[in-house]
Amino acid sequence: MRIASPQDFWSGLFFGGLGLFACIYAATQYNVGTALRMGPGYFPMAVGGLVALLGFVLLVRSLRVEGPPVPRILVRPIVMVVIATVAYGYLLKPLGLVAATMVVIVVSALGGHEFRWREALVLAVALAIFSVLVFVYALGLPLQLWPEALID
Amino acid sequence: MEALANLALGLQVAVSPENLMYCLIGVLLGTLIGVLPGIGTTATIAMLLPITFNLDPTSALIMLAGIYYGSQYGGSTTAILVNIPGEISSVVTALDGYQMARRGRAGPALAVAAVGSFVAGCFATLVIALAAPALAEVALKFGPAEYFSLMVLGLICATVLAHGSVIKAILMILVGLLIGIVGTDVNSGTLRFTFGVPELSDGVNIIALFMGMFGVAEIVANLEMRGTREVFTKSVGKLMPSRDEIRRSIFPILRGAGIGSALGILPGGGSILGAFSSYMIEKKMSSRPQEFGKGAIEGVAGPESANNAGAQTSFIPMLTLGIPGNAVMALMVGAMMIQGIAPGPQVMAERPQLFWGMIVSMWVGNLMLVILNLPLIGIWIRLLQVPYRLLFPSILVFMAIGVYSVNNNPMDLIIMAVFGVFGLACMKLGMEPAPLALGVVLGPLMEENLRRAMLLARGDPTVFLTRPISAGFIIASALVLVLLALPVLRKKREAVFQAEEAASP
Repeated sequence: MRIASPQDFWSGLFFGGLGLFACIYAATQYNVGTALRMGPGYFPMAVGGLVALLGFVLLVRSLRVEGPPVPRILVRPIVMVVIATVAYGYLLKPLGLVAATMVVIVVSALGGHEFRWREALVLAVALAIFSVLVFVYALGLPLQLWPEALID
Repeated sequence: MEALANLALGLQVAVSPENLMYCLIGVLLGTLIGVLPGIGTTATIAMLLPITFNLDPTSALIMLAGIYYGSQYGGSTTAILVNIPGEISSVVTALDGYQMARRGRAGPALAVAAVGSFVAGCFATLVIALAAPALAEVALKFGPAEYFSLMVLGLICATVLAHGSVIKAILMILVGLLIGIVGTDVNSGTLRFTFGVPELSDGVNIIALFMGMFGVAEIVANLEMRGTREVFTKSVGKLMPSRDEIRRSIFPILRGAGIGSALGILPGGGSILGAFSSYMIEKKMSSRPQEFGKGAIEGVAGPESANNAGAQTSFIPMLTLGIPGNAVMALMVGAMMIQGIAPGPQVMAERPQLFWGMIVSMWVGNLMLVILNLPLIGIWIRLLQVPYRLLFPSILVFMAIGVYSVNNNPMDLIIMAVFGVFGLACMKLGMEPAPLALGVVLGPLMEENLRRAMLLARGDPTVFLTRPISAGFIIASALVLVLLALPVLRKKREAVFQAEEAASP
């Protein structure tokens, strides 16, 4: 079996699988009800079924109709950006706005193809000052500035 | 005459010093972020949304509207000067605008774009004042069956504008609907697809989702490309167009305003369709079509006017029916919900000051853009020269603070990261994020209306075809689908997207 359109093949597989899962999950876990009195499972079951169907069509078609390949995904940018984003959420409270901002800047900058320590640090300091001025002083967001441990 | 009274009321609200200030801040911030290459309108609005949370609803919406057309304006500036369209509707502007810049006519191109946008904005404001009340009146008669069918039509129309295959676009919409119903079912209280995550019981945080799919994914995609940009900094020079350029721009601007206003109202429409149509019409009507693509000023004047008019009139279905026509409007619906306003025909009757204040503020904001932005172009150009390696960590920090400040909950950042990865995967698979975004917002609305319609019709599914207005929408949807499948039209649609791809680097 040859895959003529890799993009469509993987789309079909992924989304078709997702739809099938949603359809079966909704049908078995929630009350489906009737067309007259739809339960919480009715709509997701129907939509999930449609997704599965279209995914399947895409999958079958990808075996015949030529299409573009899936472009390569560079690992570093996405990993660094994701780490930076999630880290921000969990560091903001314990470390405070200033330190959390600086961590995010340096970690995400590592995801770029050019990384310079000095530049990243200067940017981190500048953004930390900017965030404090704009978000805390100007917009009044209730964010802690410094690490919790230091305040106690 | 009622329209005039309404506009007068709106003017009163819009020119209050407070609202003028918020409009100005919105317009400036919108332009500022919109100018930055590689961040589109939707991401811009999502990013700036949190700063409006503490305002009263009228000011918040005025500011958001300002951010919207400000960012579009900024996108055009980038398109002309760097050939990197900030968003799809500026793709057309880049075709001839960038060529004008290369020939040393960047100033006139920017000036014509600004003035054209303003003229079109004035026209679109009038269209809204006339059309919105009429539409709201019709909408008040809509039952759940009509609403459901209208949403079907809107979603189908949205696929026309999506790139690539129609099946994939429909797939994205349906997946969006599924994501949209995550959370507590309003009728039974059942938790759906929350998988034990308590934060999901209120549904997926829309702002986190938008910032992930449009912001994070865009940043990562940009990081993967190593492009060099050519900025025509020194050649902007004088802004004043020559007499010949003015003469050649007048009619394209007027036609663009008309086309854009009309197409902006359509479900699934917005600014993109208008810009493309205007470009094609100008090219057809021109006595020198060979100049298009090589720096024809008509190719800047027409589409720029059309996209601004369309951006404004696309508020009509959102404000009067509560049904967003494109991803930006979907985000606006989210913003209104956060302010405690459910968009729909009742908004105009119950909160005339908010409704008309916002409409008139669009006109005021456009005026501000013309007056302020032309002198500020120097600053925008300097912004364009900031290297991306400094820009993207900053953007990420602002997005993260914005998402966090919605609920002060780290879970929202995980959601943003998840949808960032998901958005990137979609890009790699050739799936458009915009139809999904629409689906997410419309999901709960569609389900609710479907349920109610079926309950009223005693479970008879033919109700969608026996009620005339609803039947009209369903037939229109079927027609659009058939048209999309026709080989002739399919080729034309593909040709448009190919032209677009050739234009964007």
